[in-house]
Amino acid sequence: MGFVSRAFQGRPRDQPRDARLPPGQYLVRDFPVLSAGPTPHTSLDEWSFSIEGEVDAEKHWSWEELRALRSETVTRDIHCVTEWSKLDTTWEGISVDTLLEGVETAADYVMAFCDGGYTTNLPLDDVTGGKAWIAFAFDGQPLESQHGGPARLLVPHLYFWKSAKWVRGLRLMNEDSPGFWETYGYHMYGDPWQEQRYSGD
Amino acid sequence: MAGTALQRRLIWRTAEVVDLIDETPRARSLALAVPGWPGQLAGQHVDVRLTAEDGYQAERSYSIASAPAGELLTLTVERLDDGEVSPYLAGELRAGDKLELRGPIGGYFVWEVALGGPLLLVAGGSGICPLMAMLRLRQAAAGAIATRLLYSSRSLEDVIFRDELDRLVATGSGLEVIHTLTRSVPEGWPGLHRRIDTAMLSAIAWPPAERPLIFICGPTPLVESAAGSLVNLGHEPARIKTERFGPTGG
Repeated sequence: MGFVSRAFQGRPRDQPRDARLPPGQYLVRDFPVLSAGPTPHTSLDEWSFSIEGEVDAEKHWSWEELRALRSETVTRDIHCVTEWSKLDTTWEGISVDTLLEGVETAADYVMAFCDGGYTTNLPLDDVTGGKAWIAFAFDGQPLESQHGGPARLLVPHLYFWKSAKWVRGLRLMNEDSPGFWETYGYHMYGDPWQEQRYSGD
Repeated sequence: MAGTALQRRLIWRTAEVVDLIDETPRARSLALAVPGWPGQLAGQHVDVRLTAEDGYQAERSYSIASAPAGELLTLTVERLDDGEVSPYLAGELRAGDKLELRGPIGGYFVWEVALGGPLLLVAGGSGICPLMAMLRLRQAAAGAIATRLLYSSRSLEDVIFRDELDRLVATGSGLEVIHTLTRSVPEGWPGLHRRIDTAMLSAIAWPPAERPLIFICGPTPLVESAAGSLVNLGHEPARIKTERFGPTGG
């Protein structure tokens, strides 16, 4: 047997641990907020979303154009690297597949970029195939600015820092490159089921 | 927002509790000896992992309050009544106990002497911890870096590091500390008695033209409000760094 913390009990374990809770995570009922700087407030008139980088032709949408696209409502569990998880969160957004329709690219990675300068990198395969959305509503309400509104990337199968708040576009890349937190030693991929919190995990 | 590449693997280390200091009725500092610790920057945090006898584990993140040069690593933990980890760390733990942790983690919410000032620190409750690491580093450095700390606590007895802050101010090194109390105040309290607001920040922060470097740490409503106010007052968003301390789980 490995390390034991003397006299540590932890929460009562009369019921089995929820199988939907990845290792090292605990459940919350509220919705914690984490961000590295002030919450940006871009007016919807000035807001746009772009697909750019290694593509034959860039694509751009205004807020109204984006909202006119077919949206989906999805219910997913989310997992933050700071150890909290929240189950059955309901979002409405545009599938990234919809945004990439007709885009010709040989890229294997994307960099999400945001108001405020935040970035995060992901494999293209992890934002396609029904795995990622540009979400603009949470629990049936417009997404609050402190949670990333007007729109955030939603990639619920990876740690939540990959679900970039205040997202303004995806830049397609041939090579993987670290985003904001990844530069500071957070994991390049971030699978919560593998506990890939930091570089080398 | 570029950073320094940090690609070192973060292994779990076994720390030994050397000393426990009760800072307030609800906050306790843990002074830890961590063999092999690689060092940290002021503002970084660690992940702590507790393991029960049946193998059950709980992990939480805590900011480091000690200065980078310190021999011991100090975490200051506020006990949350319904918490799982904080009542253990700030209640059960004794000198000589062992604790698993890994780090340092983070690298954006950090201050180094070379970044200079003026330095505006805004804290709420136990959000003082990473800012205390910055103040301790600043004190050890040569030269006076103009620094102001605006620190919101519920009551005077909830002010963490109160005596040490008084001592740091008394050294005359250019540090000003402004307390505001949000609930009870002692008889004859001459200071501020309300939540941090725009008027308070306007009076205490340097003019935006002096480009203070700003660090804000506390519960989310305080951080959101203070950061938003400072942006509205004209401070550059890129010079405002934030970190959250919530009552979540703890």
